Amino acid sequence: MSAKTLYDKLWDSHEVRKNDDGTSLLYIDRQLIHEVTSPQAFEGLRLANRKPWKVSANLATPDHNVPTTNRSEGIEDPISKIQVDTLDQNCEYFGITEFKMDDIRQGIVHVIGPEQGATLPAMTLVCGDSHTSTHGAFGTLAFGVGTSEVEHVLATQCLIQKKSKNMLVRVDGQLKPGVTAKDVILTIIGKIGTAGGTGYAIEFAGEAIQSLSMEGRMTISNMAIEAGARAGMIAVDDTTIEYVKGKTCAPKGEQWEMAVEYWRDFHTDEGAMFDKEVILDAACIQPQVTWGTSPEMTIAINESVPAPEQETDPVKKEGMKAALKYMGLEAGTPINEIPVDVVFIGSCTNSRIEDMRAAAAIARGRKVAGNVQQALVVPGSGLIKQQAEKEGLDKIFIEAGFEWREPGCSMCLAMNADRLEPQQRCASTSNRNFEGRQGQGGRTHLVSPAMAAAAAVAGHFIDSSKLKPVA
Amino acid sequence: MEKFTCLTAIAVPLDRANVDTDAIIPKQFLKSIKRSGFGPNLFDEWRYLDHGEPGMDNSTRAVNPDFVLNQARYAGAQILLARDNFGCGSSREHAPWALEDFGIRVIIAPSFADIFYNNCFKNGLLPIVLPEEIVDKLFEMVDTNEGYQLTVDLEQQTITDDGGLKINFELDEFRRHCLLEGLDEIGLTLAHADEIRAYEEKQKQITPWLF
Ligand code: SF4
Repeated sequence: MSAKTLYDKLWDSHEVRKNDDGTSLLYIDRQLIHEVTSPQAFEGLRLANRKPWKVSANLATPDHNVPTTNRSEGIEDPISKIQVDTLDQNCEYFGITEFKMDDIRQGIVHVIGPEQGATLPAMTLVCGDSHTSTHGAFGTLAFGVGTSEVEHVLATQCLIQKKSKNMLVRVDGQLKPGVTAKDVILTIIGKIGTAGGTGYAIEFAGEAIQSLSMEGRMTISNMAIEAGARAGMIAVDDTTIEYVKGKTCAPKGEQWEMAVEYWRDFHTDEGAMFDKEVILDAACIQPQVTWGTSPEMTIAINESVPAPEQETDPVKKEGMKAALKYMGLEAGTPINEIPVDVVFIGSCTNSRIEDMRAAAAIARGRKVAGNVQQALVVPGSGLIKQQAEKEGLDKIFIEAGFEWREPGCSMCLAMNADRLEPQQRCASTSNRNFEGRQGQGGRTHLVSPAMAAAAAVAGHFIDSSKLKPVA
Repeated sequence: MEKFTCLTAIAVPLDRANVDTDAIIPKQFLKSIKRSGFGPNLFDEWRYLDHGEPGMDNSTRAVNPDFVLNQARYAGAQILLARDNFGCGSSREHAPWALEDFGIRVIIAPSFADIFYNNCFKNGLLPIVLPEEIVDKLFEMVDTNEGYQLTVDLEQQTITDDGGLKINFELDEFRRHCLLEGLDEIGLTLAHADEIRAYEEKQKQITPWLF
């Protein structure tokens, strides 16, 4: 048998049939559902008088619209409320398990899947959300789909797909202290560009990736989509299996043994071929801050905002000019001199317990700088919130002047009440710095949790490793 | 889904790379639980001078005269000429719904983001990938000829104009077929229900924890 990549193995093990036209019918093991991209899919099912093919394959939670304060009072915005209520009604009608807004297990869909063991190695997983690539960290083929495809999966447990090409991104060696998974993925996107992975499924590999925790791996695969790849994945190893063990929906007993044996094969074989390979040296990666309106517009903390004149590609040059204007920045400004107005620590990229700990380690014993108008910490799920509170992290944040919120997407996309005002500058641990993403006219700089906390206490961007722990 | 066979229409140029789905239809409009009615808010932040919210009367809002979709010469355009990586960002199908609701049926660009590209076909929209030089040339033609129209023929897989221009384009056979016939993909898949069940039976032995 010829050598296969991880992606090849995932694909082959889920192919129900090959069609003559080069597409395949791919079986989908798990679908995660949230309130924004599902109402029209459920409506479609009802109109066609169809039933879900396999109800138990689906898991739902509201996350995009939910308020992060005063949950007990319900949702104030009537339109958001309709959407969340519609999800509740649809799940009830079709018998789909849902973690409702007041359930401790509720959270961002990409956080709760892994937390519950609903995301398992070697499966196929989809969700009507582009950051579904997150789940690829488990050696899973996970990708975002549109609403028509949500309906398609509900009705058939399958999707008609064409196989992508194989791309390898390998990060060799060890990361320097203070450099995190977020810095790695931003560096990768800066190198290959936001369309660098278009048409590919990316496998992230190499010593630096293997050394990461599952939280760090999820941060990496979460942003595969920002590099244009629908799916990003990382091979199954001991770290993966250790993380999954004991999770609510994970297999138990004899089935656990059987599963582990099966999962162990989900890595790329020696000698397998990739259509494209990118290799980075971990030692060269620095803490990153994005300066523009696309995740590829990223620089190291010791660099300055670049000048469009130095770009030769005319379309890129115009893009840089527009980005500088939107961001209110001058080329040549050292990034660590730029003051921030708002800090947001959260989102499916960086709202897991490890992220909370990293930010708290910086915040401990310090105060949010006077020029910072708001600093939000939004845990990714109710269970993470609970765990963080057990560890006393909430107190550290609150004492430092951060707000400690209820779980949800929050200011990552500002569909609820948490948003930037025009021209406010935000250090954000989320994944998109597009125009208006965090509120109309808002200016987003993507950073790691430690870098965001550091910006909050310093009042401007600063290398978080320069801030020694306060006893 | 509405069929697509052949269309002759005005082309409107959107000269920007990396146009994301949030620019196509801003997030505040995603709160709708319907599939239709997004057209008036297509490119809302660029198209209007004020901040749009759901439920506003769009006909009374001040439009941005500089935005290309507001220019009289492009009124009634059904073909959108775009740049690299069009439709990147969020997976929201509201983006193709908004384009379609506005009247766009064809988008031509050097490249598209994967999810958006895929979503187009589910909604009777035809995204066409052409080499950068050809897209550049089309931008130039549109710019210099007021009322410039293109004919997009899906059967022949060609783009033509009155001046003798003829461009061939490539497309997956499956997608072409579905679009030409306006097929319901779910129905097509359900025709293979037996094979799906057989696959499940086999998998129950291999990965029983998933069942
Ligand atoms: S946290 Fe942000 S990126 Fe993640 S699912 Fe929510 S809105 Fe999308």
